[in-house]
This record gives sequence, structure tokens and C-alpha cells, in this order.
Amino acid sequence: MNRVVITGMGIYSTIGKNLEVVRNSLYTGRSGIGLDLRRKEFGFRSCLTGVIERPNLKNALPRRMRVGLPEQGEYSYVATMEALKNAGIDMDFLEKNEVGILYGNDSSSIPVIESIDLIREKRDTTLIGSGAIFQSMNSTITMNLSVILKLRGINFTISGACASSSHAIGMAYIMIRQGLQDIIICGGGQEINAESMGSFDGLSAFSTREDAPEKASRPFDRDRDGLVPSGGAASVIVESYESAKRRGAPILAEIKGYGFSSNGDHISVPNVEGPVRSLERCLKDANMKASEIDYINAHATATPVGDENEAKALDQLFGHCKPLVSSTKSMTGHEMWMGGASEVIYSMIMMQNSFVAPNINFENPDEFSAKLNIAAKTVEKNINTFLSNSFGFGGTNSTLIISKFK
Amino acid sequence: MKPEIIEKVNEFLTEEFEIDPSLLTPEARIVEDLGIESLDFVDIVVIIERDFGFKVKREDMSGIRTLEDLYKYIDARAV
Repeated sequence: MNRVVITGMGIYSTIGKNLEVVRNSLYTGRSGIGLDLRRKEFGFRSCLTGVIERPNLKNALPRRMRVGLPEQGEYSYVATMEALKNAGIDMDFLEKNEVGILYGNDSSSIPVIESIDLIREKRDTTLIGSGAIFQSMNSTITMNLSVILKLRGINFTISGACASSSHAIGMAYIMIRQGLQDIIICGGGQEINAESMGSFDGLSAFSTREDAPEKASRPFDRDRDGLVPSGGAASVIVESYESAKRRGAPILAEIKGYGFSSNGDHISVPNVEGPVRSLERCLKDANMKASEIDYINAHATATPVGDENEAKALDQLFGHCKPLVSSTKSMTGHEMWMGGASEVIYSMIMMQNSFVAPNINFENPDEFSAKLNIAAKTVEKNINTFLSNSFGFGGTNSTLIISKFK
Repeated sequence: MKPEIIEKVNEFLTEEFEIDPSLLTPEARIVEDLGIESLDFVDIVVIIERDFGFKVKREDMSGIRTLEDLYKYIDARAV
């Protein structure tokens, strides 16, 4: 079985559009949350959202490659180019070697909505133009990036709700471990527009603390009142150790384990037993004891029941050793399809720089979070191994364990 | 041939399709010389309706080989 390492990462997020800015935001506990007042016109309960501008790719890509990219595809392109660059992979390498892509994405609303609006108004499908079909499919990111980057390896999208991109990294890890691929571009992209969030807002799942946007996302805090939707993109280059060594690539970390499970329960209400099985499977796969985990990047989105059940699951398995826990969603909001990959990157940045980023807005624990060792402030800490949880609608769970390469 | 037709067509080819203006001669072949591909013709149909106010059948595009063919096609129909 091959060892599986990470040789590059790139990010385009509400707390920074590159790794360096994101590192500073994580260290200082800077929030990326703001208000999108257009949501009020749409009848949203909450205007709170992660805030990010779209990149201008006019000089980066020719028109034919740009017209198929939706918003989250643009974010993913920028994040992937950063990841490839710091993995030491250029176009020449991509043309001469088989590289794959497995990316998490689970919606692409705007091109779907705009196409249907146009059909209803004009009754002529040709007027939709040539880009919408490639923008509107769930596989839009892998479909576009594989063409832009001339990829010839594995190529598909993983849609597993808010665990999509964590599963994508897990799948890449399995494929590389088994020797089926040497290098896979992995990650997740998440659209951030109002249109895509209306139906979620309608479930009363979002925080309505609009008077203080940076205080709204409060994972594990007693007074949390829901999540804040967010987005962007995050990419990691997953590679076999042999390939990385051969290329002389920087080895940033090693993926030690992947765990997964399905709750077999409610469509939106998470439980405890499902995440516990995902955590146990991941520890077993990594051949590690709970006490070997130095830091847990929790899924915790700041919904009342989600955080409670994750706290119970973590306490069940880690209660005896109490590793530091934080939810970076306190700063970024819930990055959904992107969250699994972005949170691996946030945790990698912490591991590289020996600190645990704060779970901002954690002011008072509730009965369940009181049992966890939550980093309310930045903690200087040597991290050898971290664990990252991602859970999604339908009860899909994913857990990754990643260590410093030794 | 109305000169504003040539001007408008060259403008959208330059601005939307990012084609070098020096390539835009009447005898230029749209596919071979200007690099327009099959999918791009869908967008050309959209732009013609927007800029010249008449409906284009996608099939009409198959008879258009040079830029001059495109100018003439639009000139005969533009409102």
C-alpha cells in the first residue's frame, strides 16, 4: 500500500484569497462574515453570509474556457492554480503525466435559474448561449478544470452535501493508496449567491444575528442560533509518497486515515451514532489511538442540535484525552461543499505554524460543549496530527486524519 | 453593405471573442482563421439577435464560412 501525502494547497476563501492571508486571519481570529442586503428583497430570514468577490479571470484564461465556469468554478480555478504552483506542477508536467481530479460540489444554481428564466421569457433555447450547460451541472468544476489543465486521470465530482470535499480527499487517498493514481487534484467549491441559499434559509437554519455579523457564527456557544452560509474554494494536491519523492516535491503532510458512515436516520437532523462510527473507522484506518490526535477541526456549524450531537460524539471517543477542538466555521461561516477541503487546509496551516486557531464567539459553553477542550482563543501548540470532521444532509459523515510527514 | 454592420460584427468578435482585430478581413475564414468553434456559433446567434434585432436559425450558420459571408447574412436581414 502506498503512503499518501499532500504536496500542495490553495485557497480562495472569505478569510483570505491565498494561503498567507488565510494564515493571518486564522491566527488573529478574523471573521469573513457580512451582510448581503439583496437577500432581504428576496424575503430571506437572514442576510448573513460569508463575503467574497469573484476573481477576474479575463487575462488568465481564454474565453472558451471562461464561459463554462460558474462562480464556484472560478474560485476553484484560482485555488487550484495556487495549489499546483506550490506543489511544483506546471502545464508541461500535466501534459506529460497522468494527473486526476476529484472535487466536491453539490449545486450550481445561478446558471440553472438564468437558463430557465430565459426559456420562460423567450421560448428559444439557443438564446441561453453555449456556457450554461457546462456551468449548471454538479460536475461543473471537474468538467472545466480537467479541460483547462489537460488532465488525463480520474475525473469526477463527489456530491455528498456538506461532506462532499472531505469525501473527495478520502476517495483520492484510497485510489492513491491502492496504486491506481499517482497524483489527484482534490478540493471543493461552493457558490455563495443569494439564489442558491433561499431554500436553506427557508428551513430557519441560519443565524439571524444581523446586528453583529462577525458574532453570528458561534459554534458550540450556548447562545448559538444557527449557521451562516459561506463559500469559496479549496484545493489540495494528493500524491503518492513515491511520486512526490521522485519529483522532489514539498511534502506538506501525510493522510493517515479516512473514515465514513451514513446515519441511516433523519434527512436533516444529525445523530451521534453515525459520526461515532466515522470517527472510529478513521482512527482504525490510521492505526491510531484517540490520544494521538493533537487537534480536532470540528464540523460544528453552530446549529443547536448539530453541535450538541458532535460534542457528544467527540466526548464519547476523546473524553479521556481531551484534545484541543475548534470550529473554524466561527470565522468562515459554513463553506458547505468546500468545507471538508478548506478545513483540511486551515488545519494544515495550523500544523505548519504550530497554533490552534480560535473558535471565535465561544463565550459560554452549553452542557455538552463544556465537556470538550475548545480553543476559545488562539493557542500556541505543536500539532503532529489533526482530525477533521465533515457531516452533511442525509446523514453522510466523513473524517480525515492527517499528520506531519515523518 | 452598411458599414455599421461590419463595425458592429468586428466589435463583438474583438470584445466578446477576444480575436485580434488585425485578423478581421472579409476573406478571413471564421473557423480556420479566426478560431471560432462549433459552440461559439451558439453565442454568435445570441449576439446577432441582441445587436441586430432578428432571429437566427442555428442551421443558417452552417453556410457561413468567411467573415464576408457573415456580414452579408446580417446585412440582408438586419432591421
